[in-house]
Amino acid sequence: MKKLINDPSDVVAEALRGMEAAHGDLIRVNHDPAYIVRADAPVAGKVAIVSGGGSGHEPMHGGFVGRGMLDAACPGAVFTSPTPDQMQAATTAVDGGAGVLHIVKNYTGDVVNFEMAAELAEAEGASVRQVVIDDDVAVKDSLYTAGRRGVGATVLAEKICGGAAERGDDLDGVVALCERVNANARSMGMALTSCTVPHAGEPTFTLGEDEMEIGIGIHGEPGRERMPLEPADRIVARLLDPIMEDMPLGDGDEALLFVNGMGGTPLIELYIAYRRAAELLGERGVRVTRSLVGPWMTALEMAGASVTVLKLDAELTELWDAPVVTPALRRGA
Amino acid sequence: MSVGVAVTTADVVGFVERYAAVVAEHRQRLTKLDAAIGDGDHGENLDRGFRATVPKLAEVADGTPADVLKTVATTLIAKVGGAAGPLYGTAFLRAGSAVAGRVELDETAVVAALDAALEGLKARGKADVGDKTMIDAWTPAVAAAHAALDGGKDLPAILAGAAAAAETGRDETIPLVARKGRASYLGERSAGHVDPGATSSALLFGALRCEDKG
Ligand SMILES: Nc1ncnc2c1ncn2[C@@H]1O[C@H](COP(=O)(O)OP(=O)(O)OP(=O)(O)O)[C@@H](O)[C@H]1O
Ligand SMILES: [Mg+2]
Repeated sequence: MKKLINDPSDVVAEALRGMEAAHGDLIRVNHDPAYIVRADAPVAGKVAIVSGGGSGHEPMHGGFVGRGMLDAACPGAVFTSPTPDQMQAATTAVDGGAGVLHIVKNYTGDVVNFEMAAELAEAEGASVRQVVIDDDVAVKDSLYTAGRRGVGATVLAEKICGGAAERGDDLDGVVALCERVNANARSMGMALTSCTVPHAGEPTFTLGEDEMEIGIGIHGEPGRERMPLEPADRIVARLLDPIMEDMPLGDGDEALLFVNGMGGTPLIELYIAYRRAAELLGERGVRVTRSLVGPWMTALEMAGASVTVLKLDAELTELWDAPVVTPALRRGA
Repeated sequence: MSVGVAVTTADVVGFVERYAAVVAEHRQRLTKLDAAIGDGDHGENLDRGFRATVPKLAEVADGTPADVLKTVATTLIAKVGGAAGPLYGTAFLRAGSAVAGRVELDETAVVAALDAALEGLKARGKADVGDKTMIDAWTPAVAAAHAALDGGKDLPAILAGAAAAAETGRDETIPLVARKGRASYLGERSAGHVDPGATSSALLFGALRCEDKG
């Protein structure tokens, strides 16, 4: 293992110190229990949005805390869900009296811990709603799985719901919007390499020089299928086809295309993938009117990418364009 | 059996300390099992939780068994994260509630606590037998404890039966295709691996068995 770290058990705590030092104008960091809130929290009368999950996916979620996006983020240990006490404390810290939305990625750990946190926070008088994001078409949504994983749509939902909360939508409205984003977004990812969780010290799985793993999540877990490496255009089709099968888009539909890097794949390769994905959508008559390209939701140093397609309407587009001021995403303000 | 076999607060503390040591010893093994069909953090998660738990046991040494179980629960819930944190946390919480106020636990109370723990696991995780989770170790273990209790066995025999059944249940997860938790994302590829949570649960019943007294 070769990493720019000190003691593996200090990784998350030291990274939080770094975020605090670098972005003190935008965020405040509480260290025990660990959570990040926007500098001006709580914002009176505004619906607050809290998310969280294992660390190792930076900039998600802590990098998305700030005006126009999240009010708070709870970082867990690397690839491990945070705990209810963190979430409860974060919820209380950002509750501005208009209710709190928990945006939760569909992993058993995250869902169960957030459920317990909501029970604790409600016992103290907070009004909490939970929306579970489950956009990963690599996982069959059936009785035989824990359901689809939450991946790329999470970033889009946090941005769009953040915009809605900022313009004054009430809790029901923000919840409905979050569900709409989830219902209209699909993702699929692939890996060229695995990644090494600091305390584990060795890669979670190993891929040969000429192999790739299709249908991975964001935790270095193996995917559905291992196959010989192919050129980028073929890989993009393998990611996009199941998305389009699951959520047929066609003539005249507008979409946001999000090509996400897993941490170890350079932007130049992500643009190669974006180009092909946009071409394929264009061939089906889909108009790609908004885009996001980059390592926004990573799996440590894993090489690979995921594709997310969000079907847009006028309101989603407007909220996507709304100003946002966070450590990672900052525009229009 | 005699009154001498009742479980005291000190016994429960001893069990938790034993299990903490076992988890520390098996940390890497549990994490390796989880790397195969999950995300490689199960041993690390549990070890973090129990390392935080042990120093707190002194605070409740003068309390009831339920006080100890509740302290374990709240510490696990606060320190573990992942699926295992709230699951084991809920199990200890429900076990504590089932024996609240009692100074000593007889066989019936111990089995009632195990019952409540399993009910808590099921309520939290919504998994059932055959889903390839810790439930597959717990369910036969609790059933064996009941059978031994009904058969008039003493506490060491009840716990030995539970531990053996938990190990069998753990091994029976190997051919299963996971239907809950991260391993379910693998579909058929999850078959052929033992479930990490069932493995840590079998270790828990093993630590409980060492409760031999009398
Ligand atoms: N719904 C469930 N009910 C009961 N047990 C479950 C359930 N889901 C997972 N488990 C158990 O949890 C074990 C995995 O625990 P672990 O500590 O690795 O959490 P995790 O799933 O990795 O959490 P996270 O996703 O937050 O990292 C599995 O081996 C399984 O026995
Ligand atoms: Mg795990």
